[in-house]
Amino acid sequence: MGEFSQQTPINIITGFLGSGKTTLLKGLLGAPDLADTAVLINEFGAVGLDHELVQNVTESTLLLDNGCLCCAIRGDLQGALRDLLSQRQSGQVPYFKRVAIETSGLADPAPIAYTLLAEPVLQHHFRLGGIITTVDAVNGTAQLQRFPESVKQVAMADRLIVTKTDLAEPEQINALHSSLRRLNKSAQIVEVAEGDIQPAALLTDDMYDDEGRSREIEHWLAANSGGESGEAALVHDHADHIHSFALTYPAPLDWTAFGIWMSMLLHRHGDNVLRIKGLLNVAGVPTPVLINGVQHIVHPPSHLPDWPSGNRQSRIIFIVRDMEQATIEASLTAFNKLANPDAAPGRAA
Amino acid sequence: MCALCGVLGGRGHWTESAAAPEVFASRTEQHTRARERQARTRLVNQVLGHYGLKLGDWSGGAQVLRGRTGRTALVNNLSEMWAAADDLSRGDCDPLDPNLLQRLERG
Repeated sequence: MGEFSQQTPINIITGFLGSGKTTLLKGLLGAPDLADTAVLINEFGAVGLDHELVQNVTESTLLLDNGCLCCAIRGDLQGALRDLLSQRQSGQVPYFKRVAIETSGLADPAPIAYTLLAEPVLQHHFRLGGIITTVDAVNGTAQLQRFPESVKQVAMADRLIVTKTDLAEPEQINALHSSLRRLNKSAQIVEVAEGDIQPAALLTDDMYDDEGRSREIEHWLAANSGGESGEAALVHDHADHIHSFALTYPAPLDWTAFGIWMSMLLHRHGDNVLRIKGLLNVAGVPTPVLINGVQHIVHPPSHLPDWPSGNRQSRIIFIVRDMEQATIEASLTAFNKLANPDAAPGRAA
Repeated sequence: MCALCGVLGGRGHWTESAAAPEVFASRTEQHTRARERQARTRLVNQVLGHYGLKLGDWSGGAQVLRGRTGRTALVNNLSEMWAAADDLSRGDCDPLDPNLLQRLERG
């Protein structure tokens, strides 16, 4: 059993206004595997509607009072999660194995992740599951062009759910796919039409789940190797500043040097490093080390029991804003050489 | 505590927080926290030298960061250290700075 598998996973369901978060969540919660999920809803705008919908499928729904889940109110989320824990322990709510947080349409997912990973009590009991972002197939491209919130929600996702595909033209869907892939190379993209029942794996598979981990890593490694098909899809507005790329290092990386480098990078540039996900071949360690960061926040590294394939190169996916791949690559190479000054350059392939 | 992840002494930082006992247990060479701390200090001082700073041991888990003028700051982990380094050097410690990278390449 992995070191994080005993903690209760928390999925973040985010997506722009009207993109189908609640519809998706309602469909997911109907699956038998997800019946024991507690749901936290952050309302924005019209009172109660989303809450009522979700309340039909779970008994342990809490409603956060404030508008957006941002840094200013993360105490509310802290309190809500602590209350949930307390109620679970005292039997006031049915035992739940998972928490899903539905954010407001304008929310930034990063502070939610920060709340989970930075607060000692929550850190002990919960772990971050997947970040799932819904994108409207009809309006998604225009929203990405106009709203930075939408771009950030896509960039931070582990899984992108393209909704309302039954209402969109094929060209619209294709254009949206290209835009999404440019912004986020590693996320699995799933299309759904209105009324689709979603498989539970959309929530349950994540990098720290013993059963779903291998599938999840396969998804992002496969997406990572998929080329640059979306490179020119969005050439303007907010999305133009954000892009994703992967670095591949054939030589093992020194963990100490890597920690120094990444902590320094996130200290200086964490605002612009939206996601880092990677599978590291660490010098002296036979199995891969999984890293997972959301802006300034880094999940404790996890150690996989085996390599997912014969490819044992370190692979690190970056989703960044206004930062150059070549600059980051040169920097990591230089820092890695601190520990191995005589070794062949561990340059990116 | 994971030996390979290493420590600067504090709790909760991701570079030192692989708490599961099986983590890195298969590593062939036995690392101790002290050895990892020494290795980390040696490496990080190569970077800090660019800013006229030096990290050294202090007491317990904490370490002390010293500037050229004698100003000091106690730090518990790498994130605290970079923030203190910015303060003591009155600059921005940036791993993407070409001048820093040139210095590191020269060794």
